[in-house]
Amino acid sequence: MTKVSMTVNGKAVSAEAEGRTLLSAYLREGLGLTGTHIGCDTSQCGACVVHVDGKAVKSCSVFAMDVAGSEVRTIEGMANADGSLSVLQQAFQDNHGLQCGFCTPGMVMASAALLADNPKPTEAEVRHHLEGNICRCTGYHNIVKAVLAASGQDVPAVAAE
Amino acid sequence: MPKDTGIGASSKRREDVRFLTGVGNYTDDLSLHAQTHAVMVRSTVAHGRIVKIDTARAAAMPGVLAVFTGEDFAAVGGNPAGWLINSRDGTPMREPKRPVLAHGKVRHVGDAYAAIIAETYAQAKDAAQALSDDTQIEELPAIVDMKAALADASNRVHDEIPDNLCFDWGWIEDNRAAVDAAMQAAPHKVTLELTNNRLVPNAMEPRASIGEYFPGTGDYKLTTTSQNPHLTRLLIAAFVMGIPENKLQVVAPDVGGGFGSKIYHYGEEALVLAAAKRLGRPVRWTAERTESFLSDAHGRDHVTKIELGCTKEGDILAIRTETHANVGAYLSNFSTATPTFLHGTLMSGPYKVPHVYVNVKAVFTNTAPVDAYRGAGRPEATYSLERVIDMMARELGLDPFEVRRRNLLTPDQFPYQSPVGLMYDTGNYQATLDKAVELGDVAGFEARRAASAAKGKLRGMGLSTWIEACGIAPSNLVGILGSRVGLYDAATVRVNATGNISVMVGAHSHGQGHETVFAQVVAEKLGIPESSVEIVHGDTAKIPFGMGSYGSRSLAVCGSAMDRAMDKIIAKGKKIAAHMLEAAEGDISFADGKFSVAGTDKAKTFGEIAFSAYVPHNYPLETLEPGLEETAFYDPANFTYPAGAYICEVEVDPDTGRVEVASFTCADDFGNVMNPMIVEGQVHGGVGQGIGQALLENTTYDENGQLLTGSFMDYAMPRADDVPFYTVDASCATPCTHNPLGVKGCGEAGAIGSPPAVINAVIDALHRGGITHVKHIDMPVSPGRVWQAINA
Repeated sequence: MTKVSMTVNGKAVSAEAEGRTLLSAYLREGLGLTGTHIGCDTSQCGACVVHVDGKAVKSCSVFAMDVAGSEVRTIEGMANADGSLSVLQQAFQDNHGLQCGFCTPGMVMASAALLADNPKPTEAEVRHHLEGNICRCTGYHNIVKAVLAASGQDVPAVAAE
Repeated sequence: MPKDTGIGASSKRREDVRFLTGVGNYTDDLSLHAQTHAVMVRSTVAHGRIVKIDTARAAAMPGVLAVFTGEDFAAVGGNPAGWLINSRDGTPMREPKRPVLAHGKVRHVGDAYAAIIAETYAQAKDAAQALSDDTQIEELPAIVDMKAALADASNRVHDEIPDNLCFDWGWIEDNRAAVDAAMQAAPHKVTLELTNNRLVPNAMEPRASIGEYFPGTGDYKLTTTSQNPHLTRLLIAAFVMGIPENKLQVVAPDVGGGFGSKIYHYGEEALVLAAAKRLGRPVRWTAERTESFLSDAHGRDHVTKIELGCTKEGDILAIRTETHANVGAYLSNFSTATPTFLHGTLMSGPYKVPHVYVNVKAVFTNTAPVDAYRGAGRPEATYSLERVIDMMARELGLDPFEVRRRNLLTPDQFPYQSPVGLMYDTGNYQATLDKAVELGDVAGFEARRAASAAKGKLRGMGLSTWIEACGIAPSNLVGILGSRVGLYDAATVRVNATGNISVMVGAHSHGQGHETVFAQVVAEKLGIPESSVEIVHGDTAKIPFGMGSYGSRSLAVCGSAMDRAMDKIIAKGKKIAAHMLEAAEGDISFADGKFSVAGTDKAKTFGEIAFSAYVPHNYPLETLEPGLEETAFYDPANFTYPAGAYICEVEVDPDTGRVEVASFTCADDFGNVMNPMIVEGQVHGGVGQGIGQALLENTTYDENGQLLTGSFMDYAMPRADDVPFYTVDASCATPCTHNPLGVKGCGEAGAIGSPPAVINAVIDALHRGGITHVKHIDMPVSPGRVWQAINA
């Protein structure tokens, strides 16, 4: 066991980790940040997506030690400073972009990364970008709508194209 | 003008905030003092005799606290089937014991025969591998194919069941001769053999369970990923472990989707309780996704021959089906109800068909148990029926829309006694079909087809007009049909002294949004703000009783219980108000949150009455108890019958066989809609799963019983770019006639109506493109299958 330190949601943190400890386990078990979810064991489902130094990564496919010293952002760090939902989170609620909530942290983190790179994505770009995130509840309709809405686009108009 | 609160409003979901900020409370999120970790040791062969499990090395490994094998549970009971089915000859189904851990034999890949409990997960995992290495299993030939299983009596999944047959069910057996005669006499006959592909439910949250034992009181606590904690408690208490029900608390906190797979009690739940007692420490277990694939109850897996007799004009005269239904290696709790009473009873669909007979042979195989998955039997019935009707239209040269219109029941024919045992209370199938035709712009299809053709794509349109039966009931009827449980539900409405309300409901929400919708229903009826209502679910210690959520029953059954409990609250409130207002009870009316004396301006608010009930200074104590809390159990008089019409358009690439869903339109009748936003979301999700079944998903075992599709890398889940935006509508409502809210249920509709619409569209595309030799392609219609069919 080694002490691994990084910045998570703006706070300097450290916790014990083995060489094999995944970032997802480090966050959940080491730091008690259980908002990041584990939905598979093959890096397919995307429920564990977090941001490492501004990039969306599947935290189940990264060793905690390999990202020591990095800036990590998780779903727990996505709300506004006053605790209110961010524009993207609010769009998910307004558009019913979640049901059971289990894939939601990964969906929000992946979508936030998309919008940071591409502030006005097309419907096809949103769908393509979210290909690595599986949702079993929503049929994706309202997730795609939420992301488009968060980008400030008129959803009915985009949907009609 | 849409409402912004109460019934009919698209209230935003209150549960979303915790899920969007990462502070939900799923089972695996809990961390308990002194907790230990369980890892199951699972069979790597499909069928084998356990020769020896040498636990010595694993038990001595670092951190290992206990090793359990099937021997440890040999004396306790099995996990029972919830429904007893009798065969056509009157004999009861064969019901082998389903042990907590396999004992003597392993019967499918993933069948757990031992468990390791250790200080850390990694230690338990290491020891589980060692124990697997130290176990001798004599491999036996795997039984995978259902028809082969029935044919070979020498090879048995269960030694005591000679032909691997669970039951051979006929519905309705007494009608068989008449159906045969009608089929014989029919001017035209259509025959279709099809497979309803086996699916893995794959709720995104893997199953997880935490067992606790409190030696001071002898109490157990199970926190688990369940759709119905009370049933889990009942099964563990009465059948499996013999723990008194009042010594076992079952909590299902936030649950990350279920789709049927979390209805059932699984052995891991008993294991963590037994281990917690032995160790005196909490024991936690969480499935890896691979374990979900191997050990969650799968869905569908029917092989069906359906025959339809009709006139040359397209009037359906008779339907006859023969289905082989795979139940896997053991009977999961609803596995015997799903292919029978949830399937055979739907085989006349929304149509007026004089003669219907359904035969189902349920077969044991060396595969994971198969049970209800979103729709449960009804998608299988709908798929068979909607495919064969399309085939009839094609053979007779008739329009598939017109053929359905010709056979659909008309509004004046309700209530309708179906030939397969159901009494449809209400519906307007023409209205939903008209609505789908309008919203799907059927009139504009030809132009879209031409545009697709210009791109080299074949465009097709497929229709399905479907019906389902939800909220299975009444209990006395299902008891006659073999159910071993009641199918009522319960709710307690607790009005607190300050006027806010806690409602303890037996339904469980794992994505459906009950916390929001049920609060809307309560707020509407009691005339108080939604924010004053809290919905409590998922804890046997807090809730009177309940049968959980599945079969689109939550609002129709539990919502009705809630409504009845509120009736009692209002009745008591009137007595209190009469006393306070010095009026006769009969003169008190309740509306908009106020108890008023008729014809006067004298009134008390709901809050004032609540306060008086708990601070009963001015109160009729001689005739009325203080307090304001009421419980109701509600047992429905009948099923509910949602129905609808779905239209799918696809584009097929004739060079590659790739199918793309271009549009999907749903017009549904769910009766009264409480929250349109949530209802639409339920349909979206169901259609997404239905498109997944039709195009992508398939569970494949090889001839040795090895699961070839055991991960998300091998099993094709629908992804965001596999589906379009859907058009959904629930405006054609005919309210349910027998429950107080007039609701029918919307949870499964999308998964029931969509697969045949997709496949009908694919066949239509091929025929319009001149590829007329393709009569049928089994799901999933992958590019490979479509290409092969085109080039056959």
